[in-house]
Amino acid sequence: MADINLTINGQKVTVPEGITVLEAAKQIGIDIPTFCYEKGLTAPGACRICVVEIKGWRNLPPSCITTVAQGMEVETESPAVVEARKTILELLVANHPLDCLSCEKSGNCKLQDYSYRYGVASQTRFEGEKHEFGIDDSNPYIYRDLNKCILCGKCVATCRAVSDRNVLDFAYRGFNTKIATFMDTDLKDSTCVYCNRCVAICPVGAIVDKTMMGKGRGWELEKKEVTCTFCDSGCKFDVNYKDGKFMGVTAKSPDQGRPLCLKGRLGIELIYNPDKSELPLINKDGEFVETSWEEALGIAPIIEKLTAQKK
Amino acid sequence: MIKSAEDLRRLREEAKALTNIRAGQGVEIIVGMGTCGIAAGAREVMSAVLDELAKRDMTDVRVTQTGCIGMCEKEVLIDVVRPGETRITYGRVKPQDISRIINSHVINGQIVEDLVVAKLD
Amino acid sequence: MQLYRAHVLVCGGTGCVSSGSKKIEQALTDELAKQNIDKEVKIVETGCHGFCEMGPIVIVYPEGTFYCRVAVEDIPEIVSEHLVKGRIVQRLLFKAPVTEEQVPSYKEIAFYKKQQRVALRNCGHIDPEDIKEYIARDGYEALAKVLTGMTPNEVIEDMKKAGLRGRGGGGFSTGLKWEFASKSPGPKKYIICNADEGDPGAFMDRSVLEGDPHSVLEGMLIAAFAIGADEGYLYVRAEYPLAIKRLKVAIAQAEEMGLLGENIMGSGFSCRLHIKEGAGAFVCGEETALMASIEGSRGMPNPRPPFPAVKGLWEKPSNINNVETFANVPVIYLHGADKYASVGTEKSKGTKVFALTGKLRNTGLAEVPMGITLREIIFDIGGGIMDDKKFKAVQIGGPSGGCIPEQHLDTPVDYDSLTALGAMMGSGGLVVMDETSCMVDVAKFFLNFTQKESCGKCIPCREGTKRMLEILEKICDGNGVPEDITTLEQLGKVIKNTALCALGQSAPNPILSTLRYFRDEFEAHIYQKKCPAGVCTAMLEYKIVAENCKGCGACARVCPVGAITGEKKEAHTLDTSKCIKCGSCIEKCKFNAIVKG
Repeated sequence: MADINLTINGQKVTVPEGITVLEAAKQIGIDIPTFCYEKGLTAPGACRICVVEIKGWRNLPPSCITTVAQGMEVETESPAVVEARKTILELLVANHPLDCLSCEKSGNCKLQDYSYRYGVASQTRFEGEKHEFGIDDSNPYIYRDLNKCILCGKCVATCRAVSDRNVLDFAYRGFNTKIATFMDTDLKDSTCVYCNRCVAICPVGAIVDKTMMGKGRGWELEKKEVTCTFCDSGCKFDVNYKDGKFMGVTAKSPDQGRPLCLKGRLGIELIYNPDKSELPLINKDGEFVETSWEEALGIAPIIEKLTAQKK
Repeated sequence: MIKSAEDLRRLREEAKALTNIRAGQGVEIIVGMGTCGIAAGAREVMSAVLDELAKRDMTDVRVTQTGCIGMCEKEVLIDVVRPGETRITYGRVKPQDISRIINSHVINGQIVEDLVVAKLD
Repeated sequence: MQLYRAHVLVCGGTGCVSSGSKKIEQALTDELAKQNIDKEVKIVETGCHGFCEMGPIVIVYPEGTFYCRVAVEDIPEIVSEHLVKGRIVQRLLFKAPVTEEQVPSYKEIAFYKKQQRVALRNCGHIDPEDIKEYIARDGYEALAKVLTGMTPNEVIEDMKKAGLRGRGGGGFSTGLKWEFASKSPGPKKYIICNADEGDPGAFMDRSVLEGDPHSVLEGMLIAAFAIGADEGYLYVRAEYPLAIKRLKVAIAQAEEMGLLGENIMGSGFSCRLHIKEGAGAFVCGEETALMASIEGSRGMPNPRPPFPAVKGLWEKPSNINNVETFANVPVIYLHGADKYASVGTEKSKGTKVFALTGKLRNTGLAEVPMGITLREIIFDIGGGIMDDKKFKAVQIGGPSGGCIPEQHLDTPVDYDSLTALGAMMGSGGLVVMDETSCMVDVAKFFLNFTQKESCGKCIPCREGTKRMLEILEKICDGNGVPEDITTLEQLGKVIKNTALCALGQSAPNPILSTLRYFRDEFEAHIYQKKCPAGVCTAMLEYKIVAENCKGCGACARVCPVGAITGEKKEAHTLDTSKCIKCGSCIEKCKFNAIVKG
């Protein structure tokens, strides 16, 4: 493959043909912000936060889908680029709940990080309508607050990556655009199997793991990567500890061909949760209470008879 | 079914006959269709003109009608206008004269002198 | 073969159908039978004549008499006077707007005089549901020439020489586009016709599809031959049912004739065409979104590159042109590229159809040579401003276009001159505004449209246009602040620079161009809290001019909130705190005693 010579922020760089400006910049340690780009999964060129200035080009092209060309002169933080990024962030912030104080994603949120990086305060020039979508708290696994959604579309892409899922897509138009399930129902009434791959990939706090809520800030949690052995897919999960204490198992960003599944996640939890009961639980008057294996399996009468026989 | 460019061209010539009337070229036959003309049999003359043209497959002749021009006693009047030539008015035309007018004047440019009542430049 | 001495052309375009042309056609059929001349006179239902303002339109041949605003009651007179006795029915002729003179012939009417009809050459002249009428007017001859005597490369070279540019908005060279698609390797390629016409007020594509569907099919076939495609789609918006119906008829007839399908005219070239109905998203007029929609996905644009010529429909090389572009194609091969290129300006060749709407005397479709001035279009063809009001601006290019003021009316119209003025050719929508239009309100109207039609994919367009719209609403409500203008300009610039597709990139145009030419109106709204045109109701106050008021009480009776009081035969008073500015009183007052301002 031929080599391409280009300049990024005045720095000469030689990269292989066919890679993007974003990747080329990364090779020399220049970080360009991205929302909708996910390596190996999707690059729809939608969020426009990764725009750069290329000498001689009419507009500001998104670096995640612009391939390098011989002699290109790229500026990743020029005044025009910074102005565009700041404006895009302001637009997102203007339509965001901004409850960072209690948001699960705080500290691990791209919108927060970039707003900090480009000095965008929560009070913007734009005062107007904000989304008022209802919160989807219909199931025990995923808490969905679409008011925080920035419509990067990564959840749609990752959901579609597993052939029989394809639960999510864009719906409606213009300002009312949102990510929805078929017929825009809650997740409970959709075909969602709670594999949480969307949770793992969401750059903001729109889709969060409900079982982890309130259990610790991102920076407080220590993560241990484990590989699930329930089937031959070999999906990766994170076991989360806070101050050495087990907190829960979360889905890790899915790699190509890895389905992730609820069974795997709960199974791993069973392995790593030290507080797990050795006894089964049974639903009595709406409460799960510990019970004996005999009762849970419905073999108490048989055991009774066997014991009687022995005697 | 058109199987070649020649087929298309043949079909075009055929089809042109249907729409030539809208092109506004060629010979014009004007039939006097005022009350006087109709009373003298202009409707029948008109039908004869159309029949004759159809019989001869003459699709580039325009047939129009006009009102009374004041020579009521000479009705049925018909005018033949060949592009660039004198406008000829024939009078007391009967349906059976039409074949002759079309054959000699419209097609061959020979004015049917015995029926002429006026010549206009 | 049945010969007819007269043809009566009844317009069957959507405009005339909605003003009653179907009933007229029926009345005509009945009347001809009644007067016993149905064997001599033929009725032809045609497509749109473009002069929809004057519909329903009926033209009688061989004289070419142009009757307008024909009613069912007029039919017996037309038949007995014109078709039987040959006397033109004077009162139904078009009246020239200024001289009041009656104009008998089609070609003499000022609306048509300066027009040069290429894309619309057959519209209104043929029966669109009869392929023979198209063939009679040299239809499919261009295709025959191309298939029997030219190589694909020669076809492309001729197109480049003709200089045709995309009529859908982008204005990209059609020849180059074909060349890219043709050079793209691969055994399977697609030809696509973009008939998702969506600009408010623009209907030239609908008229072509309704009035001359075969010209589009022929254009597509020539393009398919040039790029090496054997299959194609016409993406037609579902809101055009008549166009879809006529296209279906046209495709069926062409297939039956052997002009579409396998081995066309024995040349060995085969091509099939399908119709795909769009579901009403404006953004599907954008080519990548259109292809996504054909594939069954949500109609959202994708970044280019890859361009459709490389990776288009189902990832195969594809070529997309719009309806008007395709309708121009046969003419180029019929009469030669040089002849085609002899019309127009240096960089914009041929003619362009404009949809004339707004405060004009003559509205409708007008096809004019490139390089004509806006003044000629508006004042000669369009007949000037209605009610002798003063011209203010003309908005060109649909929701992505811009407003052009009086001082630029003498600019020759072509792609580049319009862009330089901050507008764009777009699909050719042309909305004329007079002194009673508020430019802030106009900008708001167009932005509201693009905002609602944004696909929501990229942030600048989805969120940015919403905020721009909110600022405009604020200004119109009298709550504007000086910083709003700077914010609009800055936000507009960023959206233009960063939006994903052409819809987003051009969305700020209506605002930026009005700010460029009518900044004083924005400032009047913001600083003086006044709407100079008297449109923005929030800033208006209704007043009764005491010396004009005769005390008739008509205003008080019509006022829905009881804001007007007064004794009979004495000047009334208006309570502005109660007034809801509905305008009913002004309409009722015969003495101009109520003013707003």
